[in-house]
Amino acid sequence: MDAGAAVEAVFRQESGRIVATLIRISGSFDRAEEAMQEAFAAALAAWPANGIPQNPAAWITTAAHRKLIDQSRREKTQREKQDSLQYETPAFRPPDDLEFDDPAMHFPDDRLRLIFTCCHPALNPEGQVALTLRTLGGLTTTEIARAFLLPEPTLAQRLVRAKRKIQEAGIAYEIPPAARLPERLTSVQAVIYLIFNAGYTAGSGRQLLRLDLCAEAIRLARLLDELLPGDPENLGLLALMLLHDSRRQARVSDSQLVTLEDQDRSLWDQAEISEGLRLVETALRLRPLGPYQVQAAIAAVHAQAKTAGETDWNEIAALYARLFEFNHSPVIALNHAVAIAMSAGFEEGLRRINAIGATGELDGYYLLHGSRADILRRMNRFEEAAEAYRRALALTTNQVEHDFLSRRLRMCEK
Amino acid sequence: MRYMFLIYSQERPEPLTQQEAETIMNGHWAVMQDAQQKGILLGVDKLKPTSTATTVRVTGGSALTTDGPFAETKEQLAGYYMLECKDLDDAIEWAKRIPTGCIGAEGGIEIRPIHELSRRP
Repeated sequence: MDAGAAVEAVFRQESGRIVATLIRISGSFDRAEEAMQEAFAAALAAWPANGIPQNPAAWITTAAHRKLIDQSRREKTQREKQDSLQYETPAFRPPDDLEFDDPAMHFPDDRLRLIFTCCHPALNPEGQVALTLRTLGGLTTTEIARAFLLPEPTLAQRLVRAKRKIQEAGIAYEIPPAARLPERLTSVQAVIYLIFNAGYTAGSGRQLLRLDLCAEAIRLARLLDELLPGDPENLGLLALMLLHDSRRQARVSDSQLVTLEDQDRSLWDQAEISEGLRLVETALRLRPLGPYQVQAAIAAVHAQAKTAGETDWNEIAALYARLFEFNHSPVIALNHAVAIAMSAGFEEGLRRINAIGATGELDGYYLLHGSRADILRRMNRFEEAAEAYRRALALTTNQVEHDFLSRRLRMCEK
Repeated sequence: MRYMFLIYSQERPEPLTQQEAETIMNGHWAVMQDAQQKGILLGVDKLKPTSTATTVRVTGGSALTTDGPFAETKEQLAGYYMLECKDLDDAIEWAKRIPTGCIGAEGGIEIRPIHELSRRP
């Protein structure tokens, strides 16, 4: 491997670990990133001539560490010259003494601190997502902005705001104590799932240039499972994402959305499915049971059906009922009602969907009308179905969903 | 770090019942005593209702004095704590313990770090 490729590979695989350590040492995201960038630049200059070091990541960490020490000395001298008023941020002041040799060897892994800091609930979700992808994922601002279809300055601004809040509000760079761990872990899982869903809803195959956010989310979930092994919900989340991701090739055809029912199941990724199923099996045996495990179990039931007709809707209905216990959301109730329609019968399912509709909570949710339309269509009540499709159409802005509903509407109008 | 805990609560015209007032006072006593013992209590007060508030706005050198709070909001500032905390997580744990129903309906706590302006020796 040539030196340039080696530098790139180390960056991709190790930058999260390296930057996590540098943040702990320097007490600052910005200093850490800057020092790491300088170290990678130094590697690009040194490695072609001197050869690739035996432990490239340790080389980078040590080089970056030296740069931090230099920087800290420079600033100290400068500080001593200044006698004017000065702002301080006590929680994140870099230690005055940065004098130990190889930081990478002294501490096992700082990435957990980094995950919990990036996903701190005191940061807004956009900031959490951006910072996680930037630091742990080692992605550039350009890559992240493009993945979310955002202008680069907007994304850069989110990063700046999040880093500033960490510094100024005194968000600690620490692994939360056991008592707070479950609550904080929920926030980490939510960020990873948010990243996955951003990739999943956007993933129509049109944006070949875009970064694969689903793959990034899966990578982060694997990392979380590696750092906190055996947490049932971490496993559940990873399994859930693998099982959803396995259908990516089948979900869209010619830029058209293909429903689960109509998907060509031979296109499903069998490697992801078997890994997902294995994880679900393990996760479901662990306690406490949480919403990701149950959602993964639902995805597993779909994954195991050879044809749409073989889907075990009774099992799915039971799982949605369980999910509803965790979260009394009308969206879950809607999914439960659809599963009832497919198992116990359309009449009963429709009755439940109408009851959910009557509360008015989901009036603006296109899938309420879409699901209702779908059941009516299956019952051959085409006029009512068409009416419901029209209401659903009025509520969606997504082109792929819009095309799908329009096609269904035309079927009902014939 | 010093943090300000701003207690926001919804004022209601009728006073708290004796039982309500006692529960809330007990909650505050517990927080105050604990913070005092740990040596981190820097300040705490309950504010009089917004009906007693006066707002002064100075623009272009002239002052305009009006009756009422700075902004008409659904929830009003009812009091504050100032505590010395290790970090934001520590502050969040304290905030969870501070009662917010002091002037009526339960509300929330806004945690604001104090901007330290320190002079170097």
